[in-house]
Amino acid sequence: MDILDYDFMQRALLASLMVGLVAPAVGVFLVQRRLSLLGDGLGHVALTGVGVGVLTATSPVWTALVAAVLGAVLIELVRARGRTSGDVALAVLFYGGIAGGVVLLSLAPRGQATNLDSYLFGAITTTSPEDVAVFAVISVVVLLTVVLLGQRLYAVSDDEEYARAVGLPVLGLNIVLAALVASTVVLSMRVVGLLLISALMIVPSAIAQLLARSFRETVALACVVGLVVSVAGTTTSFYAGTPSGGTIVLLSIALFLLVSTGVAVRQATARRRHRRRVDVHDAHPHEHGDGCGHQPVPHGDHVDYDHDGHRHAPHRTGEGVHYDEHGEHPVGAPPAGRTG
Amino acid sequence: MSTTPAGGAPVVELRRATIGYGDVAIVRDLDLTIRAGEAVAVLGSNGSGKTTLARGLLGLASLLDGEVQVLGARVGGLRDRGRVGYVPQRHSVSGAVPATVREVVGVGRLARLGLLRRLGRKDRAAVADAVAAVGLEDRMDDPVASLSGGQQRRVLVARALAAEPELLIMDEPTAGVDAANQQVLAGVLGRISASGTTLVVVTHETAPLADVLSRAVVVDHGRLAYDGPLAEAARHDEPGVHHHPPARERSGYRLDQPTVTTRPRGAAHEGH
Repeated sequence: MDILDYDFMQRALLASLMVGLVAPAVGVFLVQRRLSLLGDGLGHVALTGVGVGVLTATSPVWTALVAAVLGAVLIELVRARGRTSGDVALAVLFYGGIAGGVVLLSLAPRGQATNLDSYLFGAITTTSPEDVAVFAVISVVVLLTVVLLGQRLYAVSDDEEYARAVGLPVLGLNIVLAALVASTVVLSMRVVGLLLISALMIVPSAIAQLLARSFRETVALACVVGLVVSVAGTTTSFYAGTPSGGTIVLLSIALFLLVSTGVAVRQATARRRHRRRVDVHDAHPHEHGDGCGHQPVPHGDHVDYDHDGHRHAPHRTGEGVHYDEHGEHPVGAPPAGRTG
Repeated sequence: MSTTPAGGAPVVELRRATIGYGDVAIVRDLDLTIRAGEAVAVLGSNGSGKTTLARGLLGLASLLDGEVQVLGARVGGLRDRGRVGYVPQRHSVSGAVPATVREVVGVGRLARLGLLRRLGRKDRAAVADAVAAVGLEDRMDDPVASLSGGQQRRVLVARALAAEPELLIMDEPTAGVDAANQQVLAGVLGRISASGTTLVVVTHETAPLADVLSRAVVVDHGRLAYDGPLAEAARHDEPGVHHHPPARERSGYRLDQPTVTTRPRGAAHEGH
């Protein structure tokens, strides 16, 4: 496998594995909270941290982490104080973050500002061994927090007021979530880039939402999707010579379009089938009811009527009543599971 | 203070309570005692302050003056928040991300668990019982988005029941629910009340729950306008009838004494 012959590719793949797993695990809560763009904003703020790191010759990953977490806490405090001014305050913080980063980087010796692209959009060659170690620590901390506090974070993201009414520390949990987002942003710095990380938090979750039935399923599926697109995108970018961040995000958006089209087609088919059944019984000679000659069969919260061996369920719509098929059953026998 | 025959211990006690948001007082100078086991309707027209009264009991609106005690503790000072259940006025439960009935109702149980404890066997049993109490046990693992509006309302009731509360506060549980589901809901609330849980139901329609609620408290312009048997409350609650001045007079009354009073800054902290 020639891709694994390169040390930098091994590190890039490790980093993409971690960010692919972690970003959606945090992103699902942002989607639930309808704050999908928080990751984007914290990416801006992290850039100032990168600038400070480059200027002071400390590891930019650490300084970015500090800047992003500070920004995250500040945002939650502003949000908690009042919403109207919060919107403007967020914009100021976000654009201040990216402007600060650009200016600080331009002051760096020997024109290192050319690295800006790699921080913003990801570049697989830039992951250092220390980066991988830091990323591993961040990943473990973030995933542990999600496992420990997941249900509370869900409660707060779902219905902040209810969470407050039952005594959950809403502000604290919001700050924890924002700090998780900030950490994830930093995790993305090498492979996906600070401007594109938000996509890897949100798009896998959007895909999982289309398919999953429960919150738990959504989180698990989003992590799998994130992992796959992240590793596949990094690999593709190695062979195609494209920036890794853009490749990963395009791949996940392509998957999103594919899945949502599939789901839409499936739903349309189900609707068509339903309508065809309706047509069959459109000219139904009578409305089922007491004494219509068809055997009534209790079915959950309604009554079906036995009609030549299949069950008719009245379906009342604005235009009147038609009959849905609720499966076949032997005449006279109670339907399965409803013997009581 | 209560005109209802004395039941158990006081569960809710308001003494000259002024409740509102920020500096804005909405409920003013209200005295009210609700005892264990009572089933009380809080009535009033839109903007009367009935919802603010309920939110004040939950710590979602601020106490600006006076005193509010819930289950013997100051609002927010209750150690076990699970003892007070809350059903917010919300027409749908489904958020952006899919969640099952079990997951949504499980959130209600968190009130009993502190910050880190996870749902144990006993908690999961309480969640299952709560879902069964509203008759949705066979929808346990279905996404809430697949339920009808009336069923989703029952999910919200189950979420509150999951913590096994002694006091259940509900905001407009029957609004926008069809007759069949209102009947189911009335049955559920009747059973909850019969089991000894104190009910406080904010509502603008008493008919669906007439068999469940016995006492009514009517709030008008933030003040207590009536407290007594539900059956006799109807004429106090209808706008323009009896104690309400005719519409023209009323608008003048509002000009002199606005419903919403902006209190001077700092006033909120007086008396603390």
